[in-house]
Amino acid sequence: MHMADALLSPAVGMTLWAGTAAVGGYASKKLKERIDDRTIPLMGVLGAFIFASQMINFTIPGTGSSGHLGGGMILAIILGPHAAFLVMASVLTVQALFFADGGLLALGCNIWNLGFYPCYLVYPLLYKPLIGESQNPGRIVAVSLVSAVAVLQLGAFSVVLETLLSGKSELPFGAFLLLMQPIHLAIGIIEGFVTAAIINHVRSARPEILDGIAASRPLGAGISLKKVMITFVVLAVVTGGVLSWFASTHPNGLEWSIEKVTGKGELPEQEHGTAPVLKGIQEKTAFLPDYGFKPAGNEPKKEKMAPAWPGIEAGTSAAGIIGAAIVLGLILLIGVGIRSFRGRDA
Amino acid sequence: MSHHIIEFKDVFFRYPDGTEALRGINFRITHGESVGIVGANGSGKSTLLQHMNGCLLPTSGTVTIGDLPLTRKTRQEIRRKVGIIFQNPDDQLFMPTVFDDVAFGPLNLGMDEACVRERVHRALGMVHGLDLRDKPPHHLSGGQKSSVAIASVIAMEPDILALDEPAANLDPKSRRSLIAFLKTFTHSKMIASHDLDLILDVCERCIVIGDGSVVADGPSAKILSNRTLLEENNLELPLSLQRC
Amino acid sequence: MTFDAQYFDIGRLDRLSYRDTFVHHLDPRVKVIATMLFLFTVISFPKYEVVALVPFFLFPVLLMTLGEIPVRFILRKVLLVSPFAILIGVFNPFLDTGTVAIIAGIPISAGSLSFLSILLKFTLTISAALLLIATTSFPGVCHALRRLGLPSLFVSQLLFLYRYIFVLMEEAMRITRARDMRSFGTRGAGIKVFVRLIGTLFVRTVDRAERIYYAMLSRGFQGDIPSLRRARIAVTDLAYLTAMVMFLAVFRFYRVTEGIGCLAQGLLR
Ligand SMILES: Nc1ncnc2c1ncn2[C@@H]1O[C@H](COP(=O)(O)OP(=O)(O)O)[C@@H](O)[C@H]1O
Ligand SMILES: [Mg+2]
Repeated sequence: MHMADALLSPAVGMTLWAGTAAVGGYASKKLKERIDDRTIPLMGVLGAFIFASQMINFTIPGTGSSGHLGGGMILAIILGPHAAFLVMASVLTVQALFFADGGLLALGCNIWNLGFYPCYLVYPLLYKPLIGESQNPGRIVAVSLVSAVAVLQLGAFSVVLETLLSGKSELPFGAFLLLMQPIHLAIGIIEGFVTAAIINHVRSARPEILDGIAASRPLGAGISLKKVMITFVVLAVVTGGVLSWFASTHPNGLEWSIEKVTGKGELPEQEHGTAPVLKGIQEKTAFLPDYGFKPAGNEPKKEKMAPAWPGIEAGTSAAGIIGAAIVLGLILLIGVGIRSFRGRDA
Repeated sequence: MSHHIIEFKDVFFRYPDGTEALRGINFRITHGESVGIVGANGSGKSTLLQHMNGCLLPTSGTVTIGDLPLTRKTRQEIRRKVGIIFQNPDDQLFMPTVFDDVAFGPLNLGMDEACVRERVHRALGMVHGLDLRDKPPHHLSGGQKSSVAIASVIAMEPDILALDEPAANLDPKSRRSLIAFLKTFTHSKMIASHDLDLILDVCERCIVIGDGSVVADGPSAKILSNRTLLEENNLELPLSLQRC
Repeated sequence: MTFDAQYFDIGRLDRLSYRDTFVHHLDPRVKVIATMLFLFTVISFPKYEVVALVPFFLFPVLLMTLGEIPVRFILRKVLLVSPFAILIGVFNPFLDTGTVAIIAGIPISAGSLSFLSILLKFTLTISAALLLIATTSFPGVCHALRRLGLPSLFVSQLLFLYRYIFVLMEEAMRITRARDMRSFGTRGAGIKVFVRLIGTLFVRTVDRAERIYYAMLSRGFQGDIPSLRRARIAVTDLAYLTAMVMFLAVFRFYRVTEGIGCLAQGLLR
């Protein structure tokens, strides 16, 4: 499930971008230290492979609905964590641009959710230790299942946290969790099964391929657990720090949703900006000193509901709607105008 | 400087999976010669061409290019001399735009920007592809792709050009312009192809490969009119010779 | 979306990005930065903001018209995009029920306002992202990213990814067509066939990577992917960026829409 721009607050979006950029820099650095020349085209082409294979659907047994390959786990298994993280980041970037899946600000979240967890948490801490040196197909299935489920649960949980911290959705934590985790349990099981099946298929059809890639990848033996943990802790601290800093300076992120719960919330004051400027102009020209007041017609109702939402007065919101209509009309006019102007040119 | 520009001596090659693709190849090619390599599918043509610049190194035997024996150490040097155009232009055109792709080789040779632009311009001009320079390869037709693939190699100004099935996916018109181009390229060239008419047209000499070794070697006109030899190797007389 | 539809869609978007208009000629770096600023500004609006978001539609409309991008194509893509934001936002009207306004006798709840806000932000951000790629070729974006400091290793393989998406999609399309031709109904579209299919595609992909690597070696590749990109920021680029920043600042910090509404109300009075 891709996180989306529209649900994101700047604070959360930026924090996850920062985390993703840090991990991406780390991955590039690590990869550069010991890269085999042939890895660069291989990474790119495998990214294209993931992308293309995601467009092929299959029917999920017993349900009739269709699924596709997510890719993080299989990339980590084949390419190792650093290369896999960069490939996953690339795949998601292309999706964000060509399909607008999620969007560009949410891309940081999505790379984190779908790239960081499989490559830097689940692969080194779960997959590697459980699989050992084994190439037993049954074991590959079991371990891949566990790993993919873990990856998707972590990812789904992060989406929930990111959405809630952004405070644009009203879904309560518990309900949201109940909505997301079970779906992703199912997706994870399928992902794990498909991942293992592909690995096993390739291992039986062309065993030299996987070994060849494993031999040429930078850190074949797996990466140091300690380093991963330290990096993770550092990132978590930095993330938390940045997040809380943002939250305290921005009224509309985290804090807003908390205020909302405690009922002390106040809509951001809207007394700056053009409204007062225009007010000044109007007062001077004595054109319409009382523009802020209710339009004729449904006065009484507006009087009643006004206190329910303290930030906006009835008059202003009517002005807002009218203004919005005018602005929209103007924009369309500009668009159509340029179009027809160009049309005449051509 | 030896008289021979390419020499294969007892070249054997085995793929990691055990396939014996080359079993004792011997031939010599002199300056300016143009040689066709023909043979059935899987006879080892592509494998042979990949030895020309050290993408593959012989399991045993020696390959000599100019006066350099092909080894792990000399292959960078040799790659400047031998330009290989592979079978599938999609594999050959790996950069995001035609310009970037044609400039890839010259830039790797360490040239400065002006030289690189000049080379790209000349190479694209030779294949009539100047107006394609800003396109991405996936917007090109099959014929355009193979022209650009050729340009990307001749931009490095190699002494020797090796082409693997250059006409495989071309329509008749593109094929004809390919042949016209090949005739203008006066350096040594080796062309592996099933298209015996093309070989007959472009190459004065022809080598027949069967099962990883040289089955026949001689003037194209003579070899390509030898019906029994060709049929033994899953090939057919060129159309231009069938009529008579 | 079916495979073919997705494939042609990407192809179309990609082709649009090689057009020859004023917008397409702007420096990719400037466009990337402008788009990011735009997105950031849009999502920085508080959750109940609706009215102030409206003027921001000027940006996509201008890009579409000046860049000669078909409006319907972008609209359709916006509608088809994965609807996660909408799925989540649609709960707001049911959970946040306090009435904030009554328009023409219909009470408007805070939740519907925030949902509307999500919808507007969704449309704005998605169309901005799509228009970035439609007016800047993908290689252009990649070079912009490299210039803006992203690791060149990452950018190199992003370019490879772009280059081979089309090749591999075609290959995948051929494979799926063969599957669909021989499978009737859902038989054959199951997980077993899928795995074999993807396995085949995978093996071919790795072989292809090997051939590409040889082609690179043949042209003197020694580990670095060189690039010659003349990229000088022109006056028009700076002007564009400045205009963008001013536009964003004005409409972010001043409530222009409401001002216009008030004026109009006044005139009508
Ligand atoms: N990468 C490879 N791994 C193993 N065997 C290969 C590989 N490439 C080619 N072969 C085998 O080597 C032999 C020669 O192949 P090739 O040189 O491609 O023939 P041609 O180009 O004449 O069709 C064939 O039997 C083929 O199956
Ligand atoms: Mg061949």
